[in-house]
Amino acid sequence: MVEQKFLTVEALSKVFPAIRGGKPLAVFEDIHFAIAKGEFVCIIGHSGCGKSTILNVLAGLDSASSGVVIMDGREVAGPSLDRGVIFQGHALMPWLSVEKNIAFAVKSRWPDWGRDKIRTHVQKYIDMVGLTGAEHKKPSELSGGMKQRVGIARAFAIEPKMLLMDEPFGALDALTRGVIQDELLKIWSATGQTVFMITHDVDEAMLLSDKIMLMSNGPHARIAEIVENTLPRPRDRHNIHKDAQYYRIRNHLVDFLVTRSKQIASGEAEAEYDPKHPPVVRPGLADDASEASNKPPVRPMMHAV
Amino acid sequence: MMKSIGLRAAIVSVVILGVLLLVWYGATLPKETAQGGNVSAEYAALMGGAAAKSKSGLPTPMDVANTFWDKLSKPFYDNGPNDKGIGIQLAYSLARVMIGFLFAALVAVPLGFLVGMSPVMHRALNPFIQVLKPISPLAWMPLALYTIKDSSISAVFVIFICSLWPMLINTAHGVAAVKREWLNVARTLEVNPLRKALQVILPAAAPTILTGMRISMGIAWLVIVAAEMLVGGTGIGYFVWNEWNNLSLTNVIFAILMIGLVGMALDLIFGWLSKLVAYQE
Ligand SMILES: Nc1ncnc2c1ncn2[C@@H]1O[C@H](COP(=O)(O)OP(=O)(O)OP(=O)(O)O)[C@@H](O)[C@H]1O
Ligand SMILES: [Mg+2]
Repeated sequence: MVEQKFLTVEALSKVFPAIRGGKPLAVFEDIHFAIAKGEFVCIIGHSGCGKSTILNVLAGLDSASSGVVIMDGREVAGPSLDRGVIFQGHALMPWLSVEKNIAFAVKSRWPDWGRDKIRTHVQKYIDMVGLTGAEHKKPSELSGGMKQRVGIARAFAIEPKMLLMDEPFGALDALTRGVIQDELLKIWSATGQTVFMITHDVDEAMLLSDKIMLMSNGPHARIAEIVENTLPRPRDRHNIHKDAQYYRIRNHLVDFLVTRSKQIASGEAEAEYDPKHPPVVRPGLADDASEASNKPPVRPMMHAV
Repeated sequence: MMKSIGLRAAIVSVVILGVLLLVWYGATLPKETAQGGNVSAEYAALMGGAAAKSKSGLPTPMDVANTFWDKLSKPFYDNGPNDKGIGIQLAYSLARVMIGFLFAALVAVPLGFLVGMSPVMHRALNPFIQVLKPISPLAWMPLALYTIKDSSISAVFVIFICSLWPMLINTAHGVAAVKREWLNVARTLEVNPLRKALQVILPAAAPTILTGMRISMGIAWLVIVAAEMLVGGTGIGYFVWNEWNNLSLTNVIFAILMIGLVGMALDLIFGWLSKLVAYQE
């Protein structure tokens, strides 16, 4: 509690105005969470529960209907170079080549850099995402996955304090995804960046994150639970499933997505649920002996944030 | 047998041209029968021999071809106000069009940015645009002549007015339609407003802006002929009017074809510019 959080979100809600005769709809409400400096947080929830909207609010691109976002002790009032965004749609400028798209961002970050310095820096990130040789292609000449990788390179290249990623690896094949996930982990551990990432992929969340926030279904979506990912680091994609914790965490997450997210949305939330302090659970550390593998685990450990 | 579409189209074009020339040639053949011949001869004598060339009084393809050869072999001679080479006349018209168009672009593009970016300005200016847009540019002529008191500048002003609206409306439309995601990228990168306008909005809206310019140029070239007929003095419009007063239909036809060719060249230039700024999503 005493620990100063890097990013704090308090009582965030988003209400979209009524459309033709309908009632105004609160996509999500009473969202509270905090992220420590250098923490890697994933958020999982069904389509339409408002994950992208939350990310846009964190980025400063969208404003919430109520609530505040505080980063580094200051309220987020607009976009900033401190927060690099990887958009769900890749958002590349179609009239610029791959290289120039990234250079545009680099020039914005370091306006006084010379041409050569910018080019070397850009090339480093093009190589990182495996697009060497495609520098001069226009986005329309790239595949969906390649476009997404340019977006990733562009966000990484400005070296922001915090990375906000909206399903960054969704359009990638398994192999490329693995390579870029490894790169992301490498960059993250080297730079100590704070990461907030939306994903639909349970395995990806388990490989990358320190904690996984689970959102209940919208409308009126909330942070239903915060799962601490207790899998030891460094993690290796090929051996991670050999860890005893792996299936416990995985089952917990899948169970949430399949059944519990609906129950919570339909008002069957437990009486002691407090949106200000969503339950924090560590399914990975559950006692092996007491657990039947196919039964939904009852929260083994719990404490307030 | 598999000829390219371009080649086949070219063949059809040439055939159509041949047919048109043949019809023209047939329609203007000299009258052979004696019936009514003296009327014709009297008329011909009256008309100074000009009408004797064909039964309809229209010049034959050969007359026009001769005129082409004649006029294009010395395009830049200048024998006083009523006798200038076709190159000089076209240059006057083109200069007026260019100046009027340029000033229109200088006003329309920034104003279009403003209208496209600000919903308030869009609403505020829209009534003015809607009222001013449908006014025939020539309707401004008396007002222009009265206030400016210079016929040549009045013609430029008319070009300015008629070029303004398509560019203004297209620029506003293109700017308003710039994708939100590109603007969001610029916002997260804290790009300053000027750089955002020049490096994000301008290239994004450039294809639409150029479409507006292309339409404006097309209209300007239509209007300059009429404007120069009104104000007189110089230019291809004045040339047409002057040759009509001289009853030289050959020269009129020659001028008509030149107007068409120059108009096509202008459009080709803008088509080429559009390709330069086009992008594919
Ligand atoms: N401009 C808008 N006006 C009205 N409703 C909107 C608007 N933008 C988003 N919504 C609604 O808000 C909800 C959340 O949208 P959001 O894009 O945040 O979902 P998401 O969780 O990111 O979904 P996905 O996983 O499919 O990307 C959706 O139900 C959507 O219909
Ligand atoms: Mg989304």
